[in-house]
Amino acid sequence: MLVILLYIFTLFFLHFLIMALNKFQIAQRIAQELKDGYYVNLGIGIPTLVANYIPADINVVLQSENGLLGMGPFPIEGEESADLINAGKQTITTLPGSSIFDSAMSFGMIRSGKINLTVLGAMEVSENGDIANWKIPGKMVKGMGGAMDLVASAKNIIVAMMHTNPAGESKLLKKCTLPLTGTNCVKKIVTDLAVIEITKEGFKLLERAPGIMIEEIIAKTNASLIVDGIIPEMDL
Amino acid sequence: MTKLINNATEAIADIVDGSVLMLGGFGLCGIPENCIDALVKKGVKNLTCISNNAGVDDFGIGLMLKNKQVKKMISSYVGENAEFERQLLSGELEVELIPQGTLATRCMAAGYGMPAIYTPAGVGTEVAEGKEVRNFNGKEYLLELAFEADFAIVKAWKGDKQGNLIYKDTARNFNPLMAMAAKITIAEVEELVEDGELDPNFIHTPGVYVHRIFEGVNYEKRIEQRTVTNKK
Repeated sequence: MLVILLYIFTLFFLHFLIMALNKFQIAQRIAQELKDGYYVNLGIGIPTLVANYIPADINVVLQSENGLLGMGPFPIEGEESADLINAGKQTITTLPGSSIFDSAMSFGMIRSGKINLTVLGAMEVSENGDIANWKIPGKMVKGMGGAMDLVASAKNIIVAMMHTNPAGESKLLKKCTLPLTGTNCVKKIVTDLAVIEITKEGFKLLERAPGIMIEEIIAKTNASLIVDGIIPEMDL
Repeated sequence: MTKLINNATEAIADIVDGSVLMLGGFGLCGIPENCIDALVKKGVKNLTCISNNAGVDDFGIGLMLKNKQVKKMISSYVGENAEFERQLLSGELEVELIPQGTLATRCMAAGYGMPAIYTPAGVGTEVAEGKEVRNFNGKEYLLELAFEADFAIVKAWKGDKQGNLIYKDTARNFNPLMAMAAKITIAEVEELVEDGELDPNFIHTPGVYVHRIFEGVNYEKRIEQRTVTNKK
């Protein structure tokens, strides 16, 4: 009886000690990838949260692909305008120095490589950098929005997502099973468990979430994972 | 000859069953509310609608979908409309989902008198099926054709009798592109001003592209995601 109690207690305790990242922490880790002078496009969901963690000492301009550079925070209540929204259809503000343009110019700057970094969510990522995030045949058809344009042209693409889907299956795969959004384009993945780089040889583990063991990351990655040397914990 | 007309009913009078329409707006931002209402009232059917989104269930193009007026929708993202998804999955509605930048640029090409563009968006995906792929400097691109539409229906902030238009904030989105891209362009504006009141330096759509213009009424300008903060 005592042993069982002790076991339950230990599990309970470990649960608090070993914690996968929540979505805010994933955003916080991605914000460390930002550099001074970057023009950045943040996708819907976790990527949007990255805006909350931009270091104060660097200048980063956020692009919203409906046609805005210099996106600011949400407006103060009562000052929101139906005419000023981001790509997630949320009411937003402009910052001093911002500019507004039509959607063709918006994708023009994406296609011609002026946007330094794109952060977006995904349903699946494969070891060669393919990404699937727009369609589940027969179930969900929402459309690709600007994702296909972004992944086809962005110089640096970081995916923000949970390591596994709600069913517990790995979202990191040898080959995507869902219809693709783009091929050979993802450079890095930040999940609740790890930071993984996509190299010519496949997934390479760079960092692990605090308290998460390498074995767990390997077990939850449905592809080969290169583990080279000591893997540090993320510095959050 | 005047471009000035009285209202949306007059503006859409010659839109008939089977017409191909472009409708400006991103989400519910910058959509031609007056003309959509008039189209719903008129009840024209079998329309092909080119628009980035399909509205929501009870507003925007969603009203035309609910009324079963749309045969085919050409959009990039339709996630906010449950009725759309239902009609699509049941096969009642034909849909062509295309990347947002491709949608915008196919409008642009039409407005610039170019028959086609090459874009990398969709290479290696099902969007590329049946399309010419061409390699430029080691990278693959898809050939995408300029749109051909009978009518473009756009919404602007201000306009004058010449048809010159200015859009407000991100309500610009696809409006100036579509305004350039169809055989006949209908512009509804929040404020119609006298010629000369708009500074020529700040015109977004030159009047040459606009065939009909009227001042709209009763704009609801619905917000899809009201996100606010309390912080000063």
